[in-house]
Amino acid sequence: MSVKCPDPEMLARVYYSLRLIRRTEEEIARIYPSDKIKSPVHLSIGQESVSVGVCDVLEKNDIMSATYRGHAAYLAKGGNLNQMFAELYGKGTGGAGGKAGSMHLIDMKAGVLGMSAVVGTTIPVAAGYALALKRENLGRVTVCFFGDGATEEGVFSETLNFASLHNLPILFVCENNGFAIHSPLSNRWAKEALCERVSTYSISTHEISDGDVFAIRQTAKAALNAIRSGEGPQFMECKTYRWREHVGPGEDYDEDYRSRDELTFWQKNDPLTTTAKMLTDLKRQAIDIDIEKKIAEAVKFAEDSPWPDSKELFSHVYAD
Amino acid sequence: MSTQTDLNVRILSYVDALNEAVEQEMELDENVFVIGLNVDDHKGIQGTTQGLLEKFGSERVMDTPLSEDAITGICIGSAMAGMRPIHVHIRMDFLLLCMNQLINMAAKAHYMYGGQTKVPMVARSIIGKSWGQGAQHSQGLHSMFMHVPGLKVVAPTNAYDAKGCMMAAIRDNNPVIFVEHRLLYSTDAPVPVDPYIVDFGNARVVGEGSDITLVGISYMLIECLAARDLLSEVGISAEVIDPVSLMPLDIDSIASSAKRTGKLLVVDNAWTTAGAGAEIVAAVCEQASLSSVGRMGYASTTCPTTPTLEKLFYPNAASIATRAFSMVRPKEKQWKPDVEPILPHEVAFRGPF
Repeated sequence: MSVKCPDPEMLARVYYSLRLIRRTEEEIARIYPSDKIKSPVHLSIGQESVSVGVCDVLEKNDIMSATYRGHAAYLAKGGNLNQMFAELYGKGTGGAGGKAGSMHLIDMKAGVLGMSAVVGTTIPVAAGYALALKRENLGRVTVCFFGDGATEEGVFSETLNFASLHNLPILFVCENNGFAIHSPLSNRWAKEALCERVSTYSISTHEISDGDVFAIRQTAKAALNAIRSGEGPQFMECKTYRWREHVGPGEDYDEDYRSRDELTFWQKNDPLTTTAKMLTDLKRQAIDIDIEKKIAEAVKFAEDSPWPDSKELFSHVYAD
Repeated sequence: MSTQTDLNVRILSYVDALNEAVEQEMELDENVFVIGLNVDDHKGIQGTTQGLLEKFGSERVMDTPLSEDAITGICIGSAMAGMRPIHVHIRMDFLLLCMNQLINMAAKAHYMYGGQTKVPMVARSIIGKSWGQGAQHSQGLHSMFMHVPGLKVVAPTNAYDAKGCMMAAIRDNNPVIFVEHRLLYSTDAPVPVDPYIVDFGNARVVGEGSDITLVGISYMLIECLAARDLLSEVGISAEVIDPVSLMPLDIDSIASSAKRTGKLLVVDNAWTTAGAGAEIVAAVCEQASLSSVGRMGYASTTCPTTPTLEKLFYPNAASIATRAFSMVRPKEKQWKPDVEPILPHEVAFRGPF
């Protein structure tokens, strides 16, 4: 599925989001060797289209849950960029005051639920939020992003069953990048039939194999409509590819677990490049300039921000 | 206590006190809901959830698939959205299936997310004993939860505290591990009709004394009280303290008693190694110089089902009294009470669970 002539406003929005994420993470990778960011970073570079395609069709007050590889989803859902950089820098002005770092980003004002470094743990939490939204009955939904590795955790199957049983307003989105750290699917899955497995829980499934941002967007839009009209949870499997190493700023094609040839397909079909080409030079340049300005401001905000006060060590252990 | 208040107090069982606490909180706050395997069935978790389904419906009294891990996460997510789940486990042993969510998510969320979320939830768990509960229906795992900042742990030992602690736990904005003991279910106590709170972090002296301080955790509090009676027959005056809540732990009250008596024996309804008893003894010794300290608890082995071996697994009133006697009168030869009392709660419980 591909959209030949997307609506210009939507195209600009999608490009903006793809570009913001790519450039933000490239900037993180550039800063990283300075040791100013003392936080393990799991970059989404190459995987942006899944977050962008899905989040573009979410309402502002919908809820989004993502993983420790969550920069893309955070930004695509409208998470605060200044607070994100400050959080990565460990500054008191970070979204969680420097207690979260890259792996536990959160921005509840933007509907971004807290992320987790323990694979799969956010899946039932997102479903629990969806249970509350079902009772609220205002048509809000939860989107739950997770990787292919998370589908191997018992809690994934447990949650699918519960979500379907109770008709929860939740869209499950598997970002299948083919690796659990460095373990390929062939070491982990008896059969590559994720959608088939999920569908046995009476959940409608959709597979997008090429990372096409418009196909992802269109699929998510239809899935969300179905959820909002009371049809219960939906599932998307989006094949994608992590361009950088599992954790850290660099590439790792000289290691023996994957080859650069795999990357070539995904780079040729990079949604950032294809959407850039669909825009006029003028429009694209305006967006690019705006993004560079915002990132520069965010980095400056992080650099200029104070460290958290030492008393913060003991704040928020218990809620009042 | 005024006459008015007295009129509103009646004798209630531990089971009915728990049930009433949940029912009243569900009436007061529509965000409160009960979830867990069999919470809506004809047995109603030994009566503690009986009648709630009829009153509040299946949206608020939810049976579950056997998916403790996911259900715990679902409780956490719903709590982040403003609900107040009470997750019920028929035995504490099943909490082991919830450890990832309880410790990696529930305990940490408020801190790790810089205060942007709260997790007001209660995990109810029942410790079993006797009638063949055995290896996997008898464990007291409270110290594992005491170890982790962000969790609260309470273990009420009477019907009054059961109701007050449950209401406090439901209203608390943090995850609370609520430790019940199956043999306490048949106990009763005067319980006010109206809602009330028993604040966490206040230990209670339940029997005054001057020669030794006995701290009894969960069901062992009952055994300590019986031991106190045995000791009084040989002229030893034991002070018995119920910590009520284990996290927060009112160490000052325990230390204050121990400083006065000079001797401290903690009897836990769990193993002693790295347990609540070890924590209490260590924390008291950090602020008091005592002439004698001791810990008792489950034998350092797995709980057997056969009654003859099971009897040896647990401390009881007689073994506690013997140990206390040796601490108070170290120079005298070992003493054993003439009769080993059998507590009525043990007789009352005739299984199966």
